[in-house]
Parts: sequence; C-alpha cells; structure tokens
Amino acid sequence: MAAPAHPARGAARSQGPAPAPLGFGTHVANVLRLIVKELRSIRADPVMLFLVLYAFSFAVVSVASGASTEARNMTIGVVDEDHSDLSRQIVSAFNPPLFKEVVPIGPDEVDPAMDTGRLVFVIDLPPRLQRDVLSGHPTSIELDVDATAMTQAGNGSVYIQTIITQEIAAFAARSERNDTAPVRVVTRAKFNPNLQTSWFTSVMQVINNITLLTVILTGAALIREREQGTVEHLLVMPLVPIEIMLAKVIANGMVILVAAGFSLLIVVEWWLGVPIAGSIALFLFGAGLYALAVAALGILLGTIATSMGQFGLLVIPVLLLMQLLSGSSTPMESMPVWLQYVVQTVSPTPHFVALAQAVLYRGAALSIVWPQLLALIALGSIYFAFALARFRRVIFGD
Amino acid sequence: MNDAAEIARLDHVSHRYGRTVALDDVSLGLPAGRMVGVIGPDGVGKSTLLALVAGVRRIQTGEVLALGGDMAQRRHRAAQGARIAYMPQGLGRNLYPTLSVFENIDFHGRLFGQGRRERRARITDLLTATGLEPFEARPAGKLSGGMKQKLSLCCALIHDPDLLILDEPTTGVDPLSRGQFWDLIGSIRARRPGMSVVVATAYMDEASRFEWLVAMDDGRVIASGSPAELLERTAKPDMEAAFIALLPPEKQAQHQAVVLRPRPPGLDAEPAIEAEHLTRRFGRFTAVDDVSFRIGRGEIFGFLGSNGCGKSTTMKMLTGLLPATEGTARLFGWPVGSNDMETRRNVGYMSQAFSLYSELTVLQNLELHAQLYHLPPHDRPVRIRELLDRYELEPVKDARPDSLPLGIKQRLQLAVAVLHRPAMLILDEPTSGVDPIARDAFWRTLIDLSRDEGVTIFLSTHFMNEAERCDRISLMHAGKVLAVGAPADLVQERGSASLEDCFIGYLAEAAGIDREAPAGPEADLPAAAPRPGPHRHLFDPRRLWAYARRETMELLRDPIRIAFAFLGPMLLMVAFGYGISFDVEHLRFSAFDQDNSPESRQLVEAFTSSRYFSEQAPIRSAAELDERFRSGRVQIALEIPPRFGLDLQAGRVPEVAVWLDGAMPFRAETSRGYVTSLASQYAQQLVTERTGAAASGKTVSVETRFRYNQAFRSVNAMVPSVMMLLLILIPAIMSAIAVVREKETGSIANFRSTPVTKFEFLVGKQLPYILIAMISFLLLVLVALIVFDVPVKGSFIALALGTLFYVAATTGFGQFISTFMKTQVAAVFATALLSIIPAVNFSGLLVPISSLSGSARIIGLSLPPAWYQPVTAGAFTKGLPFIELAPNIAVLAGFAFLFLVLSQLLLRKQEA
Repeated sequence: MAAPAHPARGAARSQGPAPAPLGFGTHVANVLRLIVKELRSIRADPVMLFLVLYAFSFAVVSVASGASTEARNMTIGVVDEDHSDLSRQIVSAFNPPLFKEVVPIGPDEVDPAMDTGRLVFVIDLPPRLQRDVLSGHPTSIELDVDATAMTQAGNGSVYIQTIITQEIAAFAARSERNDTAPVRVVTRAKFNPNLQTSWFTSVMQVINNITLLTVILTGAALIREREQGTVEHLLVMPLVPIEIMLAKVIANGMVILVAAGFSLLIVVEWWLGVPIAGSIALFLFGAGLYALAVAALGILLGTIATSMGQFGLLVIPVLLLMQLLSGSSTPMESMPVWLQYVVQTVSPTPHFVALAQAVLYRGAALSIVWPQLLALIALGSIYFAFALARFRRVIFGD
Repeated sequence: MNDAAEIARLDHVSHRYGRTVALDDVSLGLPAGRMVGVIGPDGVGKSTLLALVAGVRRIQTGEVLALGGDMAQRRHRAAQGARIAYMPQGLGRNLYPTLSVFENIDFHGRLFGQGRRERRARITDLLTATGLEPFEARPAGKLSGGMKQKLSLCCALIHDPDLLILDEPTTGVDPLSRGQFWDLIGSIRARRPGMSVVVATAYMDEASRFEWLVAMDDGRVIASGSPAELLERTAKPDMEAAFIALLPPEKQAQHQAVVLRPRPPGLDAEPAIEAEHLTRRFGRFTAVDDVSFRIGRGEIFGFLGSNGCGKSTTMKMLTGLLPATEGTARLFGWPVGSNDMETRRNVGYMSQAFSLYSELTVLQNLELHAQLYHLPPHDRPVRIRELLDRYELEPVKDARPDSLPLGIKQRLQLAVAVLHRPAMLILDEPTSGVDPIARDAFWRTLIDLSRDEGVTIFLSTHFMNEAERCDRISLMHAGKVLAVGAPADLVQERGSASLEDCFIGYLAEAAGIDREAPAGPEADLPAAAPRPGPHRHLFDPRRLWAYARRETMELLRDPIRIAFAFLGPMLLMVAFGYGISFDVEHLRFSAFDQDNSPESRQLVEAFTSSRYFSEQAPIRSAAELDERFRSGRVQIALEIPPRFGLDLQAGRVPEVAVWLDGAMPFRAETSRGYVTSLASQYAQQLVTERTGAAASGKTVSVETRFRYNQAFRSVNAMVPSVMMLLLILIPAIMSAIAVVREKETGSIANFRSTPVTKFEFLVGKQLPYILIAMISFLLLVLVALIVFDVPVKGSFIALALGTLFYVAATTGFGQFISTFMKTQVAAVFATALLSIIPAVNFSGLLVPISSLSGSARIIGLSLPPAWYQPVTAGAFTKGLPFIELAPNIAVLAGFAFLFLVLSQLLLRKQEA
C-alpha cells in the first residue's frame, strides 16, 4: 500500500468533532486559492483572452478613428440663380474635409435629391444676390437641411451659415463697405480644446468595455461551471457559496481592471495621444467598485440562464440598455427627467460614467466624485446581495 | 460471413476528427434481415460507423454501400434515405423536449409526407405497442429515460424503415425498460421480418440478444460473428470476458482480475451512513420518496436504478449538496447539514459526469483540491506524489483532462475524491462508459480503499457485474428503495436466476407488470401498413410546413426566446429613442461678469434668454470658474472682462470669452453653434440700437429650413433608424440560434436522416421568425407613435412591404451566419457583432449614407440595412409615396433571395 495507513478518521469522529476551525483567515485563504483557480481558467480560454485584448486595444482605436459624430464629408448642393462673382465665391468656400464636392443642381432637382438622401444640404442663392449685397438691399439665402441626418443637420447648418456670412462680409469689405461687429466673442473649449471626437469615444469605449466584458466574463465563468458540473464539486468541498462567488467576481473584475488600466495608459494616452486629465488611480478605484457591481450582475444573469445560449440572449439587451441609458453615448440631461431618475436608481453605470468623465476629462478629485463613489458602493452592495441570494438558491436547487 | 445478402458493406473506411482517429481502415459486411450488434466501450468508433452507414456523416476515405448503393452519392441517399431510420446516441437526442409525445411522432410523420389520417393511425399503433399511450400529451422532456428511448424508437419507426440504426438506445436505461425495449424491437421484427437492425451498445451483457456481433476497439473491428461463435472462439463464459480476450495482447496484459476480499469483522457497530425517511421534492415532483438505509463502516454499498430514479438526488442529499425536504441523514452519527464543513471534509464525492476543471492540468486540479481541503502545506506535495503514483497519473500530470481517455479521467476524479483521506466516498456512476479493463482496474482500487483503509464506499452503477461485487446493494426505482441486501441474498430470496433477473422482478412488481404474460401489448401490433409508394418529391410543402409548425410550437413554449423576440425590440426602441439623442438642451450656463455694467448685464441677458440654457448661480472668481467646470456643475460660462461697458461705449471692441465643457465634443460643438448665433444676434441688436436701423452689411439673411423634421427633434430621425437596427439584430440572432440550437441539442439529426431538403428546412425554420419580426415591426410602429409621437407620414404599404423583404433578408442573414457556427453562444455574439457594426456605422444611423466613402460605403451598401434605412426614413419622416421607395424595396427582395441561396449552398446535409 503506497499510502501510509492513516488513522481511521471515523473513529476519531465518533468522539464528536472538534468545532470547525473556520475563522476569517480560512475564508480569505479559500477565496485567494479560488481566485488563482479562476485566473488559471481565464488564461486557459484563448477566445475570451483574445476578446479582452481586442476589445481594449484595436476596438478602442477603431472606434476612436471610425464612426464619429464630427460633421465631415457633408453633402451639399447649390442652386445658383445668380451666376455672379459673389455666388461663385460662396460655392468655392465649401471644401473638404468638412464638405464633399459641391453638387450644382437646378431648382427642380432639389426635392428628389433630398428625398432620396443624396444631398443633406441645399443652398439656394437667389438671382440678383450680388447686386443686392452691393446696394445694401435686404435679401435672403435659403438653406434646406435634411433634418433626418441628426448628426450633421444642426452643426452643419451653423457652419454653412457662418461660411456664407463670412464670404459675404469679405466680399462687402472688398467693395469698401466696412462693417465690424462691436463685440468680439471668442469661444474656448475646456478639457478638449479642438473638440476632437476621438478624445471622447476612445475613453467611453474603454468604459463600455468594462461593463460589457465584466458581465460576459463573470456570467460565462459561472455558466461554464454549471454546464461542466464543477460547481457541484466546489459545493461538496469545505467552501461556502460566498467564497465561490467572491472569487469569481474578484478574479474576473481584476482581469478587466488591469486590461482597462493598460488600455488607458498605452492605447488611449500613448497610441491615440489623448491626454488624461485626472488621476488614473482614482479612476481605477471607482472602476474596481463598479466592476464588483457588474460582476455581480453577471453572476445574476448566469443564474437566470441555464445555458450559454440563453445567457447570450439575456445579456445582449441588458448590456445595450445599460450602455445606451448611461450617459456614455449621449448626455444624461438629454433624457426625460423621469428616466434619469429611473436609471440612476437602478443601474450603477450612469454613476460610473459620470465619475469617469469627471476624473479622466476634467481632472476631478475625490472631493468632487465622492457622491458617485457612494452610489457605486450602495448599488454594488445591493447587486451583490441579490446575486448571492440567487446563486445560493439556484445552485442548491430550491 | 458473406453467405447471406448484405444490407451494408464498408470497404477500407477510415474516419478522423482532427488528430483523433475514429475509424481505422475498417472493412466489414453487415448481414441483411438480421439484428446486428456493434459492441465496445465509449470512444471506439461505434457511433461513427453507424452514422456513416445511415448516411448522416460524410465519408472521408473508403467506400460505404448500403441498401444496394453507394452512400457517397447524393442521388442514392435521396432515393433510398427514406428507407433508413436512424436514432442517434443520447437519451432522446432526436426529440424536442417541449413537444408532447404525440407532437414529436407527428412531426416525424409529416417529414415523410404522411396525411393526417395515416399519421393518426400509425401513431396510435406505435403508442399502443410501446405502452406510451397514457402519456400522449406529456412533453418529451418530462419522460423517464426508458420512455424517451421508446418515443425515439416510435419516431424512427413511423415510416416503416427497411434499415433501423440505433446508436446505444439503452444506455442509462433501467434493466426492466431495457428488457421491454428489446422485446419491442423483437416484436417489430416479427411483424416485419425483412427489416435489418443495427444497434450499438456498451453493455456487453446485452450482446447475447443479437444475432450477429461486431466487436470494436480503438477504431478497428476486432471480431465479428454470431455470439455463440465468439464465445466459442475465446472459450469464455460471458461476453465481457470474451471481449477482453479479443483485445490485442498488449491491452490484455494490463488486465488483472478483480479479487473480492471479505470485510474485516466488527465494523458494523456504528453505521457510517444512516438515512432515515429521506424525501426530496422538486416542486410537485417527488424525486426521492421516504428512503431509509444504514451503511456500515468500510462497506461497499451499491445503488442500482435507472436514470432519474433518484440515485443522484439521494447522493447529493448525503453530501449536503441538496437539503432534504423531509427526513434526516447522518454521517458517522452526525446529521448532515448543507453548511457543515466538517462533514464535507470527511466525504469524497465524484459526480456522474466528469466534473473537474478541464482548463486546469491534472496536477493543478490535484493542487487546487489539496489547498481547498486545507491539507497542511508540508503534506500537500507528499500526498499529491503518492496519488500520482498510485493512480498512474504521473505520465499525464501536465496534460489537461480533456485530452485524456475516459478511463484515466475517472482515475483522476477518484484521486481527487480520496485526496483529503475522507472516511467515506460517494461515487455517482464512476464507471459509466469506461472500457472493461479500466473498469476492473478502478474496482481493484476501490476494494483496496475499503478493505485496507476502512473507507466506506457508496456508489451507483448500471452494471450488474459491478453490483455483484458490492457488499450490499439497494435497488431503487421512481424515488423508492425496492430492496436492500447482499446481492447473493437478494437473488436467493426471490429465487431468481441472476441479479439482473432479480432486479427486473422487483421493478416489474413495483410497476405492476405481470411478467408471466410477456405477450403484453406488443402482441396487438397490427399487420404492417402498406408501404408508401416511391413518390419522393424534390419539394414537398408538407415537409416545409412540418418544420415551420414545429419551430413555432417550440418557440411559443420557450419564455426566454419569446421575451427576447417581443420585449427585446420594444425595450431597446425606448432605450435608443431616449438614449441616443442629439438634442442639446438644458445646458448649465453661468455668467462670470467682472464688469457688472448695464451693457454687460444686457449681454448676460441675451444668453440666459436662450431656451437651450438653464441658468446657474453666477461665478465670482476665476478659480471658481475652474472648479465649477471640473465638477461638471457648469457647462457653458460667459466671461465678461472688467471695463466691458466702457470699452463698448468707446467703440474699442471688447473681447468676451465663452467657455465650453469639451468633455463631450458633440455637445460642445452644438453649444458653440448656439453661442455663435446668440453672439451675432446680440451684435445686431447693439448696432440696431446705436444706429437706429438695420443699416450695416447685415442685409443678407440665411434662412434655414429643417425639412422633414421642422421641430428638429432627434427622436424623429432616430426612431426610423433604430427600427432598421432592431429588425436586423433581433431577427438575425433568433434565426441563427434556431439552426445552431438543433446542432447543439442533436435534433439536427432529423434533418440529416429524413428526406427533408435543405430548402424546406431553411425556409420552414425561417417563416416563423419572419412572422415574429413582422409582429414586432407593428409593435415598434405603435411604440413610435404612442411613446415618441412619430407617425408614419408616407406610404405605410411601402414601409410594410419593405419591412417584409428586409426581415426576410435579415433572418436569412442569421441563417447564413449559423452555417458557420457550432454553439449557440458563438452564434449569438457573432450575429450581434456582424449586424450591429454595419447597422450602426454604415447604414445612415449616425452618418448619412451619402457622406460615407471608400470601404465604409462598400460595406454599407453590400448589406440590407443601408437599403432599408431610406425606406423607414422615407415612410416615417420624409412622407414619401410608394413609388419613390420601390427601388430600395426591390433591392431588399434581392437580398432576401441572395441569403437564402447562400445558406443553401453552405448548409451541409451530412455531418463532417
């Protein structure tokens, strides 16, 4: 017999067991060991690792340099009924990259071009424009805007108005009709002087990734254990459910945090050259709290779905809802007030987005963002408690 | 062996999955009109062999002839495929769990083009013959294992096949049901003597039932012939011994017989396990019903019973995994509680399926368990080394369990279970599917543990020869213990010939079946119905309808998918409508007026009167300005310099600064637009005041008309675009899942083994999703109208028709993706990504299509969303008539057709 005959433990047991030495230290030790196990599991899953790496590097870059709400390549048509020097000067002022090449069209072509969406802007330069300008006779230029193109219509029409006004002013100035405004108004943007979209989208992408991947990673880790039956195995061991859940939440949260930290420092700051105003440590502290909350959400969804397929169906709408209504796509104050209250009560994401924007863009310190941190702690605890309750119930089959 | 006619013949057939060889140059003839058994443990290639003969797997190398033709030829398979019935491995793998018994068979009948009355008659016959009649309305998922297998058989027999191929039909089924199953096959063969039956089984003791045997090991046929011949050739008393004798010599060398040793006396004074009136209910279902037993220390106690009889549930209660509903369990005199850590340290547990971490290596698994059981740190390496040696795991210690054969995996599970030296082992079917040699090796370790170390072993098994090795056994059925005792005593008590017979006797008694009248219901089988004529259509609407109907029924019974289909779009529409807004309002504005003159106040007034700004308390210092921006309490600040009023009066053109919060560039850009126009209004106002007339160069005004959306509300533009996004995202995911789900659950076998064509399968499965998408389209139109006040201004008919083609295209897109995917989760995420990215970026949702250029434009225009967005925008916002949208609608119809063709080309009727 290879094994040294150990004393029959049953005999010892019949005297009555010693009180189980389950101190706090044992729990901490168990959680630590389980964390190591979770980390090994993550390392052994190349698909997930690739997803995390990709999401925090190339996806951030491609979003930052891709889809943009900056008005660019706008399509513009001009109905030139004046055929004067002034009208030609105005037409020549619309240039790339802001505008695509100007399309000269006739008055009867305006409607079809706009109906089919070929042109978003059409300027109608009236006959006798130049003569009216020179004579000081009031006249008006019509600008038609396809207001279904929301990202361009508003800002684009302001640009076009400004350009036309400038060109006319310049033309008038040449013809000795000097006219300066009595006040000079200078606009300056704080935190992002040139208003580059990529500064915003890159950081928001990192934030959205934290939500997305933490939920998916944690939920998938639980479902994998349920599908493989390893959860049962953990439960027959001297472990309590909260240790198992904490280990999952912490391990997966940690992986995401590390990836997010690197993404901010290397991809956002170094690669994309976006300056980060505030303390990354403070941000990561907030992100840690947030990751606990959404990892608990992942566990929760993992207890509702019984298979990976169902998990996928559940997680997509939930994640889309959380992201869309978080203020990371469009400003919170654009939503109806009742909805703002609802999402701020239900979801930790708006608080985290507010915190991230304050710290990373505006350089806010703890003294400013403490309310968000408190909200994260409160919501995180509720999520965690609820997920734990469900985790216990579902795994024990009640 | 070539004397009789052959129903199938394999010539030099090899098959591999990646680097694993499943079949290795097999040449074999299967006699016609006989019952042929293919025997061997798990993973030797039995299933592959059967699948190749059935034509559901593509032949890699070699030739397979069946029913007088080459199974590699599609025409032969199409012509003769309907004569074959194939029942895949796994309990009820070709069944649909939410469909009732009747609906399952009915679906199969429809696939063979049977009319309503024919189906009804046949189903009634089959249900009577199998004794399933009372359960006609019960969902297949709620049947016991034995009943599921009978139902699967009914489905296979609905069309009177000439060749019946059954892959492990009795695995996991209790001995009584097993006997009934074989009797049923016997009576069907009696009715149709010409029918050939090919069966795979892992139970060697079933082998004697077959007329012809094929023994397999490691992808090779090691022997074939009648059972009597094989026994004679090996000179062994039973098939299991004969099988071992047939193995190659090097494998036989590993085999050592199991030697039973008596238990040392005097251990029964105090029981190791005491169960008293244990009961466990799940809802209204009683899984374990008033079970009591005592197990002595060091005893090997066996639990016998069918799948789902309550064995596993009882074991889980003993480990504390499940709390008992009633009754108590005591381990070593101490009650089991679900949070009793000390109990857990005394128990080693091995669950039915392999349940260690497949992502950790063998060594890492052992280490993890050593740590979690709190073995002293100095003891851990010693103990692990000991186990690696003892369970012969040393050579594989750095391998991941997935790559190991089942026998070694089970050894690893046992090593993990005994790692912390528990006084008791609870093993749930530890040897299921393991080959005989490995099983005997496993048993030798168990006996050592019990006899040398006094470990109490409580295990469950399906194998009668294993049950005979136990000190005592308990027979369990439907949650109740039927008998407990030493195997020999039980046999003697009942006067049975064998333990199996004894068990069947108890089961029959419990089920109220009179075994003395074996004629049973089978005798009533009617004569075979006339064979259906050879009318094999290339397209049969009945088969298409069978799939459409079944898909709809399944969908309606799946709350998660139904919720996703209907609730998903509406919730997301609301979220998108409110969440993606380009309206910039309620900007927090504050003035930093360092002048405080009438002129400066007038300027501030000009700003605060704007409807876009909401005024905040004024700023008093530069530091405060900074601080307020940093905290986000101010988004626009107007900084007026000292002496502004004086400078203005003196005509010195003072400069005022407007600060914007640039954190959100779109918002800042829009606010800058507001500021520009406010500033120019203010300037004009000043000039007018001073000169008394609009004299200067401001004679030209630019009049902006926001067309289609005069109020310039973001939601008017967003709602139609979001509809475009949602009607690709949800329908594509659902239709992708519909196909991949069948791959995952195994019911795709029905598509592979019946005459249904790819077109019928695809369109049949697509129709319900098109219907659902159209319903959710109508709901979305209502949400647009009621929640967002966005009505359809243009042609509703154009919108509806365009939507119909669009969802036909998007569901087709989902099916197209599904042809590449193997798992549901991959299908969900891949479809989501592949539809969201182009729909959001390249289809007019954020950037107008006309502004796209280069590859973005090409990607956009090569997918349906970019063509559908103009239809929704045109119908909702632009108020266009039908004729203007017609070209786009035509293109969408083209896409619907294109994806159908592509999916048809890529979908494989045979498995690789």
